[in-house]
Amino acid sequence: MTNAVTESAETGSGADDAAAELREVHIGFGTGRNATPVVRGVTLRLRRGRVLALVGESGSGKSLTSLALMGLLPAGAALTSGTVKLGGEDVAEFTDRRWRSVRGREIAMVFQDPMSALNPGFTVGRQVAEPFRLHLGDGRRDARAKAVALMREVGIADAETRYDAYPHEFSGGMRQRAVIAMALALGPRVLLADEPTTALDVTVQAQILRLLARRQHEDRLATLLVSHDLGVVARVAQEVAVMYAGRVVEQGPLDAVYTRPSHPYTLGLLNAVPEPGTARPVPIDGQPPAPGALPGGCAFHPRCPFATDRCRTDDPALTPVADGRAVACHNTAEVTASQRLQETS
Amino acid sequence: MGRFLLRRLLQAVVVALGAISLVFVVVRVVPGDPATLILGPDASAGQLASVRADFGLDQPLWRQYLTHMAGVLHGDLGDSWRLGGSAVSSTLDRFPATLALAALALLITVAIGFPLGMLGARKPGGARDLLISTGSLVGQAVPSFWLGIVLILLFARQLNWLPSTSDGGAAALILPSVTLALPFIGWLARLVRNGALEESAKDYARTARAKGAGERTVMYAHVARNIAVPVVTVLGLLMGNFIANAVIIEVVFSWPGLGSLMVDAITNRDYAVVEAAIVTITLSYIVLNLLVDVLYVVLDPRLTPENA
Amino acid sequence: MTATTSPLSTAPVLEPARPRAHWRHRVPARVWAASAVLALFVLAALVGPLLLPYDPVATALPDRLLAPGAHTADGGIAWLGTDQVGRDLLANMLAGSRISLIVALATVVIGGAAGLLVGLVSGYFGGWIDTVLSRIGDVQLAFPSILLAILIAGVLGPSVANIVITLAVTRWVVFARVARASALATRDLDFVASAQVLGAGHARILIRHVLPSCWQPLLVAATVQIGLTMVAEASLSFLGLGIPADATSWGATVSAGRDYLGSAWWISTVPALALAAVVTSVGLIGDAFRDVADPRAQL
Repeated sequence: MTNAVTESAETGSGADDAAAELREVHIGFGTGRNATPVVRGVTLRLRRGRVLALVGESGSGKSLTSLALMGLLPAGAALTSGTVKLGGEDVAEFTDRRWRSVRGREIAMVFQDPMSALNPGFTVGRQVAEPFRLHLGDGRRDARAKAVALMREVGIADAETRYDAYPHEFSGGMRQRAVIAMALALGPRVLLADEPTTALDVTVQAQILRLLARRQHEDRLATLLVSHDLGVVARVAQEVAVMYAGRVVEQGPLDAVYTRPSHPYTLGLLNAVPEPGTARPVPIDGQPPAPGALPGGCAFHPRCPFATDRCRTDDPALTPVADGRAVACHNTAEVTASQRLQETS
Repeated sequence: MGRFLLRRLLQAVVVALGAISLVFVVVRVVPGDPATLILGPDASAGQLASVRADFGLDQPLWRQYLTHMAGVLHGDLGDSWRLGGSAVSSTLDRFPATLALAALALLITVAIGFPLGMLGARKPGGARDLLISTGSLVGQAVPSFWLGIVLILLFARQLNWLPSTSDGGAAALILPSVTLALPFIGWLARLVRNGALEESAKDYARTARAKGAGERTVMYAHVARNIAVPVVTVLGLLMGNFIANAVIIEVVFSWPGLGSLMVDAITNRDYAVVEAAIVTITLSYIVLNLLVDVLYVVLDPRLTPENA
Repeated sequence: MTATTSPLSTAPVLEPARPRAHWRHRVPARVWAASAVLALFVLAALVGPLLLPYDPVATALPDRLLAPGAHTADGGIAWLGTDQVGRDLLANMLAGSRISLIVALATVVIGGAAGLLVGLVSGYFGGWIDTVLSRIGDVQLAFPSILLAILIAGVLGPSVANIVITLAVTRWVVFARVARASALATRDLDFVASAQVLGAGHARILIRHVLPSCWQPLLVAATVQIGLTMVAEASLSFLGLGIPADATSWGATVSAGRDYLGSAWWISTVPALALAAVVTSVGLIGDAFRDVADPRAQL
């Protein structure tokens, strides 16, 4: 495992191997002085063949971060500063036309709810075939043949007849397979997966994750997995970035972050996950702050058991620490020490 | 599908019978003696009695009702005392002229209102959008007969481009149809605009964009497909509305349709014709609703016959 | 790690406030303008006829068809012109505003009260009463309302009272539907159930609990109907089925001037534009009401 994180925490080092990159990205709702900051300085790098998981509560800005890579921020939201790069190119230079040729071809997305992500008025097959028609200018028959093959490949049985079925005639898992097929149709280099299994049954979750992992490996995709589910993240990701109130508070290799969390929020998240055979899960006290009503200093301090006076005034920067990690916390030492204490007791 | 349609058909029959009864009640129970009207105030009691007997007006009301309903089932609503001959046939003679008017009005409304609404949805809050929302309000606020007169003055009298009344040619259809359509163009545009705006914010539209579809593809393929269903419903209602509103417009343009026939009949208490006209319009209204139900099932893949 | 559900999902956060949500709470300028138009209309209806009396049967033939701003024979100025028998159009408009307002308000109050009663009973009790009342409404809605209005008005003959009856009969269903929906939604709420458990009578529950929930949607429906009623009254008057000759309304004046549109456009156009302005204003205010009551119901 290379030190991707320390690298990304520095600025200006050679970024040629990054398939996609966000640097000090700020996203706000509204414009001018009234803009509400929702994402506040996020730096991430996606590299081919690797999965970076973006973890955090809803409202932490993780979905917006991934949509920024697609140039598909919702109405009202805009990139206020920072750069987004795809394949080394700054997307600020992209015209609408360029965006259209990039989306679906170089970067693709799998969404949370496969039912609402599919158009209820069109057959599933037509929607899977759409990338071929849009990008390659394929005729109806060519596109159909390719789409059927693709559907078969992602495990949709009887693809030839299922091509003409509508989304409501598919099961949740099959729908998500179709969405994945759509995303992978043109062999993109970057895949964004926004809570790809959240809306699915547990048994189906495992199948979809296996499918994603396999394609991820075979196609050497640079994947950004957005999830609030630490279990899902553990199964597929190599790197984790934890977001809180629009900032990355801890980032690093998966096992390092999971076994020795250095940020109190990460620690809280891990303690809050129910695990068989261990003590009862302990949820984090309080609620995350609303964007636009952030507390001064570190945004996490009102909920933080380690908070000191300094945390109320100083917002800690994301700083490299040991084993390839970066943490934004004044009291990292105390957080690590508390775990040692727990383990010995 | 069959059972669903059968149920709708039965409902339609019940509603139609109710509507016909309602007309009967309003017409027969309300004051005003048709016999006096036919013969004038100087008629003798004997003359009045014989006319009443001819038209069945001397019977008790419930018997009149039963005779009436039996007649309805046979497509017979009595004779017109003014025009002579069957009220139903003189009504049906006039119906095509009204239908033509309403159909062209519908075409105009859709041809302008739909694209206008889609354009409004592209830039919510923009100049076009404001035009649509104001236009839809103003359109409904202007009395249509006044609009019709203004159009006649402008295009028939001043510019002499179009005929102001029926001359047998197709051009004569234009002014009355436009008058019918104008108030509803903004209304439809607003409906389409709101629907398109809502749909274009849905996840599937984002999926299409993520596949590299341009805004045009998203709006005119993906979104349009999903607002087709509600729009078709509205078109059925609109067509019914146009047939009904034609009553006033036909008087303005002296258009030889059902509406002018009915207004004539009302002022002359020619009840057989009034009833025939109202029943015809009401039935076409109901048939249109049925048609919409069928189209609904055809258009929405999620509505299988079982859950429709 | 075999987490199936994560505690993260249980912490919902307010969506970031969109900029659009801000100006929703401000009253847009056009709503102010609409309110001003309406206020002017009501003022004209209340005090206008006192300031400038109108005699519907008077004639002043020398003053026939004077253009707006022209001098009349007795030295006055006809600000809005005169009509085909020399009556002052401004005085006519002021008198007409009163009738138009009375007809619209009376229709909405009578039709609204009837609809409210039917809707409350229908929605609250449900069962066969609801079925019967709803079917009656269906039958009536199978008629285009303008057709029913023409029929009733034609049979009743022209008078202000008959116009109100006619329009109220054609409009009550709309109010009944609105009230029924509200009553239905309220009936199943906990506090209504607990009131029933505590032994409160139907009348008490209806008045204390169900009725209050109906006001807001009813008010929205009423504003829309006021506008539609004014246009419908004008249409009936145009067909000669509305306001009798010895009274005047805006609709009647629009209709009366139609034969002179070529030579004296103002007779018809002034009241038509006034009518359009008032009805549009009512519509704008109705929209604003609806946005406040239910921002999601845009269709």
